[in-house]
Amino acid sequence: MNLAFGSKDLIFQQELQAFLAECLPDDIRERCARGLIVGNEDLIRWQRILYDRGWMAPNWPVEYGGTDWTLTQKYIAAREFAAACAPLPTFGITMLGPVLIAFGSAEQKAFYLPRILKSEDVWCQGYSEPGAGSDLANLKTRAVRAGDDYLVNGQKIWTSYAHWADRMFCLVRTDPAAKPQKGISFLLIDMDTPGIEIKPIIGLDMGHTLNEVFLSDVRVPVKNRVGEENEGWTYAKYLLQKERSFVARVAQSRHLVQRLKRIASEQKMGAGYLFGSAEFRRRVSRLEIDLQALEYTELRYLSKELQGEPVGPEPSILKIRGSEIQQGLKQLLVESLGMYGVPYENDSMTVSDSYMEVGPDHRHGIVAEHLYGRGATIFGGSNEIQRNIISRMLLGT
Amino acid sequence: MDFNLTEEQSMLRDSVERFVADHYQNTDRAALVYSDLGYSAEHWRLFAEMGWLALPFAEQHGGFGGTPVDTAILMETLGRGLVLEPYLSTVVLAGGLVALAGSEVQQADIIPQIIAGDLTLALAYLEPASGFDPSHVATTARSDGDGFLLNGYKCVVYQGPSADRFILSARTEKGVSLFVLEQGLPGLCRKDFKTLDGQWASDLSLEDVSVGPEALLGGEGLALPALEQVLGRAVSAVCAEAVGSMAAANEITRDYIRVREQFGVAIGSFQALQHRWVDMHIEAELAKSMSDALAMRLRDGDEDVPAMVHATKVTVGRAAQIVGQGAVQLHGGIGMTDDYAIGHYYKRLSIIDLLFGNQDYHATRYEALEPAQ
Ligand SMILES: Cc1cc2nc3c(=O)[nH]c(=O)nc-3n(C[C@H](O)[C@H](O)[C@H](O)COP(=O)(O)OP(=O)(O)OC[C@H]3O[C@@H](n4cnc5c(N)ncnc54)[C@H](O)[C@@H]3O)c2cc1C
Ligand SMILES: Cc1cc2nc3c(=O)[nH]c(=O)nc-3n(C[C@H](O)[C@H](O)[C@H](O)COP(=O)(O)OP(=O)(O)OC[C@H]3O[C@@H](n4cnc5c(N)ncnc54)[C@H](O)[C@@H]3O)c2cc1C
Repeated sequence: MNLAFGSKDLIFQQELQAFLAECLPDDIRERCARGLIVGNEDLIRWQRILYDRGWMAPNWPVEYGGTDWTLTQKYIAAREFAAACAPLPTFGITMLGPVLIAFGSAEQKAFYLPRILKSEDVWCQGYSEPGAGSDLANLKTRAVRAGDDYLVNGQKIWTSYAHWADRMFCLVRTDPAAKPQKGISFLLIDMDTPGIEIKPIIGLDMGHTLNEVFLSDVRVPVKNRVGEENEGWTYAKYLLQKERSFVARVAQSRHLVQRLKRIASEQKMGAGYLFGSAEFRRRVSRLEIDLQALEYTELRYLSKELQGEPVGPEPSILKIRGSEIQQGLKQLLVESLGMYGVPYENDSMTVSDSYMEVGPDHRHGIVAEHLYGRGATIFGGSNEIQRNIISRMLLGT
Repeated sequence: MDFNLTEEQSMLRDSVERFVADHYQNTDRAALVYSDLGYSAEHWRLFAEMGWLALPFAEQHGGFGGTPVDTAILMETLGRGLVLEPYLSTVVLAGGLVALAGSEVQQADIIPQIIAGDLTLALAYLEPASGFDPSHVATTARSDGDGFLLNGYKCVVYQGPSADRFILSARTEKGVSLFVLEQGLPGLCRKDFKTLDGQWASDLSLEDVSVGPEALLGGEGLALPALEQVLGRAVSAVCAEAVGSMAAANEITRDYIRVREQFGVAIGSFQALQHRWVDMHIEAELAKSMSDALAMRLRDGDEDVPAMVHATKVTVGRAAQIVGQGAVQLHGGIGMTDDYAIGHYYKRLSIIDLLFGNQDYHATRYEALEPAQ
């Protein structure tokens, strides 16, 4: 057992830090640091910088334009990127790329992967439906063969950033007679195909990230199906298993702790400062300690993975604890604002200094981020579902 | 001992319930939220006609001589509907201060106008550095001739844009004092914003705002006891409101998990959700007990009522968070949207946890009153 990273990894870490300090644009860093949503053009601007450096897709194999980083280095990178307040990688990189690499045709890989790397295509994830949330396998959007096309009809919901997306990877039902998990296929759909209508959903934070996507008689070429017909569930699940690391968001939470401490030591309260309040300070410390326990757990699981141990309930454990800590920290951030937790951010897309004129500068973004953050225990498999997964694995229920 | 409503109290509750059903349940609350006023002038007139604006005031000013228990009944029912009209600001806070500290002239001027629905007011007592402490006042009122010159900054004044007058705390040579200010006085500058819970509020900056001696409300330097007393009543009112909002949020959530199906069954059949809902319900029940008991103790003028104010706010604040967050979680994605009611309950409940002091603030003050043995 040994907690320190090796010297090669330390050099790697320094290289990342230097790059991030020099190349991450200040305006983008600032939006991320405040938890504000980064606009599509800004995201692309940053991704092009990453692409030029060859670091756009750390999680892909080198032959497809990824990196040759070891698992430890990928971990370090995720941590450094988060610590520097860089935008998170998007759906194309994290979700679709790995599926295409594993199951896509040669033609699909050759066409789509470079376009993702060069930010020519922005992707959204069309899984959830009104009747298929936690029970994703219940999805009803129907795809029927019509010559060389599928004719797709149905509705997706909660589709994040569909309004920015050029394409959507989408789960559809191709065999309604089969068992729910058996009749699903994985389609790649151009968002400008006739028959697609996007309706915005305004969130609790009054921001627009979510959408409904209606599909009526949308023609999707059969060659846009990934893998076999009716095997889409396997691909989607493969993806979920791939996504096991980095779900804890430890580095993001560390940043929240730092922000919280800075605000609490700047925020005047009567004769002193907020951090002079023993109660407040104690609650910050408790969460910081929880976060430390989470970080060592993540590292311990990482070394299991390095040993080649199969993945069990670890990702669910990390997701549950990580999301709860995030929400706790965001709640404290709101509390640190006192009555300035009351004004609402007109538009979470608004640049910090252009709208709200009341309260300290550090308040911008906090309330909106807190509200959006309530979703962390809902999306990507709710915490209830994660607990079900763990108990099924460990209790055999 | 009796927690049950009298016949008169039941009638009050029923009439407010009817108002909420007719004017909030199937109508477009969002249209009111985004209107210039932020609530409905029409509704406010109804409040006057129903006598609700007269409820707590003395009969000599045209009031009904109601008690904090009556206010709690009204507020709880308004809370069920997330009602936007400025009852808390105008009647409970400002009206309460005028009734408690105002001169005969001020009372005779202001209270009948409130009762008639012709005058709305807002209370400006907090500042950016005051936390939730009403005694931390950096805004100053300097003697100037026989009047005062006011300078300073007040933050997050609910109903700031729409109120006809402000009641504002400022420090004179003799200590913290209250002043009644007309909207639009020279040197009184407003920054308006929407609040998370769909209302309007303002920050106020004061630069050499000149007022006459008649603007002083109550004795110079004597504001704090009155302010504390009225804030205690406001805590009671807002806790009752939260009790109503929690009951509604729990009902909406119950109804939702009964009908929402996943995995071929109602999600309410999953024990994880049942237990979480039950915990939300237990929180709401304990909050209701404290809120009712506080209202009665305020009415009865019990000596140890300040500790009870703090204890109630701690209990209700925690319950409000647990119920609000749980309600969103149990709804899943739809709980995260602006379109659906539950998110609005969540937001108002989290704001109530802050209003007039959050849990830390009140627990600390509770401890100061109830020293360890
Ligand atoms: C901010 C945000 C972004 C999202 N982005 C996307 C996206 O880009 N693409 C996409 O496809 N989807 C997206 N989603 C959808 C997300 O995956 C679903 O919201 C999630 O799967 C839950 O489904 P649901 O909303 O239908 O809730 P439901 O499944 O109806 O759940 C409601 C409640 O019931 C609980 N529950 C359900 N089943 C069980 C059970 N068996 N045992 C115990 N409790 C249970 C849930 O935990 C939850 O508390 C997003 C959601 C959010 C909030
Ligand atoms: C100090 C003490 C004094 C007692 N005195 C008396 C007495 O005077 N007379 C008497 O008759 N009995 C008495 N009991 C027995 C007591 O009533 C039982 O222990 C109790 O009913 C639980 O039954 P069990 O011990 O068989 O546990 P189980 O019923 O086997 O329960 C084990 C666990 O499973 C949980 N569980 C069980 N069913 C469910 C479900 N449907 N959903 C969720 N969780 C569930 C329980 O909550 C518990 O955590 C006493 C017990 C104790 C500890």
